[in-house]
Amino acid sequence: MTNPRQRTCSDDLWFRIGTGACALALVLIVVGIGVELLRQSHLSIARFGWQFWQTDTWDPVSAEFGARPFIWGTLYSSALALIISTPIALGIAVFTSEIAPEWMRRPLVFLTELLAAIPSIVYGLWGVFVLVPLVRQFEVNTPAWLKWVPLFTGPPLGVGMLSAALILSIMVIPFTSSVAREVLKTVPQAQREGAYALGATRWEAIRMALFYARTGIVGAIMLGFGRALGETMAVTMVIGNNPQITTSLFAPQYTMAAVIANEFTEATDDIYLSALVEIGLVLFVMTLIINVLSRLLIWTMTRSKHPKRIPRVGLRAAA
Amino acid sequence: MRDTWRLWLSHTIVVLSGVSVVIALVPLAFVLFYVVTQGISALNLNFFTHMPAPVGEPGGGMANAMFGSLMVTAIGALFAIPIGVVSGVYASEYRGSRFAAAVRFAADTLNGVPSIVIGVFIYGIAVLPFRQFSALAGGLALGVMMLPLIMRTTEELLLLVPSSLREGALALGATRARAVFTVVVPAALPGIMTGILLALARIAGETAPLLFTSFNNRFWSHDLRQPIATLTVQIFTYAIAPYQDWHRQAWAGALVLVTVVLVCSLVARIATARLERLQRGA
Repeated sequence: MTNPRQRTCSDDLWFRIGTGACALALVLIVVGIGVELLRQSHLSIARFGWQFWQTDTWDPVSAEFGARPFIWGTLYSSALALIISTPIALGIAVFTSEIAPEWMRRPLVFLTELLAAIPSIVYGLWGVFVLVPLVRQFEVNTPAWLKWVPLFTGPPLGVGMLSAALILSIMVIPFTSSVAREVLKTVPQAQREGAYALGATRWEAIRMALFYARTGIVGAIMLGFGRALGETMAVTMVIGNNPQITTSLFAPQYTMAAVIANEFTEATDDIYLSALVEIGLVLFVMTLIINVLSRLLIWTMTRSKHPKRIPRVGLRAAA
Repeated sequence: MRDTWRLWLSHTIVVLSGVSVVIALVPLAFVLFYVVTQGISALNLNFFTHMPAPVGEPGGGMANAMFGSLMVTAIGALFAIPIGVVSGVYASEYRGSRFAAAVRFAADTLNGVPSIVIGVFIYGIAVLPFRQFSALAGGLALGVMMLPLIMRTTEELLLLVPSSLREGALALGATRARAVFTVVVPAALPGIMTGILLALARIAGETAPLLFTSFNNRFWSHDLRQPIATLTVQIFTYAIAPYQDWHRQAWAGALVLVTVVLVCSLVARIATARLERLQRGA
């Protein structure tokens, strides 16, 4: 008979190895994504090099691939979405954590987070049949003097950058606001009380709290940016899918995620497929960097109060 | 004079923050309103029981797509739940270890990877080698999306279980595995189930990772090695097609999808609230 103590030790070791193996799967998947994308895109990387990101011609027939318009479309649409969504998301975070009476908070949080529960494809469907006609109306009725601004030039098609930015901002709001609210919760009550004691108005106290939480708030905004970069279906359906670099809000453009979604199954030859995978690789790296940075910012903010607790955005927002 | 201005500014900002909540809720109501009104008019029993009609013929349904969605989601869940829960156990049991931190980091990273990129990844490892789109590949893609969600929820919920429970089991001579799987995990199980439900609701609405993994299929299929229709991809195909009748079908599909997702979210929400009340009472 073995010593029971020994048995416990070896059982514990096996427990650790067994559960650790499962946990390893997560790490392997993330590494695997990077390796696999690199492997599938080596053809295009070897053929085009940096030229790939510096030219504008996307012509699968003559096998000429330049991806600059896609990068532009992705960054431009995400930046616009951020400009629209950030004030609204911060307003929601402030209202649901500082201003609203206690009984109102939970239902309001639930409702705003429902925005994240609606599938992307449903936003896309709504975008195509409801939002795009509205945007077209707006574009047709744009007064002539506004057309001097380079933002408002271009044909009034409805599909285009403006529709994409609007839909993206709706989709990003719940992510930014839920993280910003988490961050605001970590601001010590004494900070606000101190402000009030010094005679601050409500807004001045809130401004104090926002300033105190600034690192985490920037993290929340960046997390929203990361979401916007990778958003696929809704954008694909309303952006017009035309690779061109222009600041015009009305012009149809194209994003990295959209070109992969549209052309991946049509890519018949290897170099075409490889070029699309390279776009995916760069999208992966971009979102990776943005996410890591934003998590670091949020983490430095929340760690003091909740050790080992980083807001799990996806799930909470879906709740 | 200056104080009046400060008060005025304060009131304005308070009102503006309330307005921003309204601004966010308007599109929500707007989307739900259209999905319900447009969807209801196209929804009938045939939609659930019939196959898609050929182009030009009115009617038909999405029976195969709904079955496909169920199947692909189930494959994803079968793959993600065991691995996700067990790795969550690891991360909470050995929370201080460096490897646990790495796993946590990997999960958060994976959570932020765009779904279309996960589609490309699965295409590379599960479609290309077999030269065949398949339901299995689609399920795998959804599983990869689900994995970090389940792992993180499990971990967080296990951390909430009072350590006295675990210590009691260990003091009675249980091995660590036994203490965890017969005492700690069951204590957190209701919460974990809620997390799983939410993760399911989220991946059931995914389209991008399925476009080139499970692809699409006009016919009934339950073969794991064949391409399969799914509700989301079918909505996409119908929405961008030029036929009025298909648009109606797309709206009906969206209504079904949104109903499923919202019911799951609501149930999870109620369950969470009840659990919290129980914990506070205890």
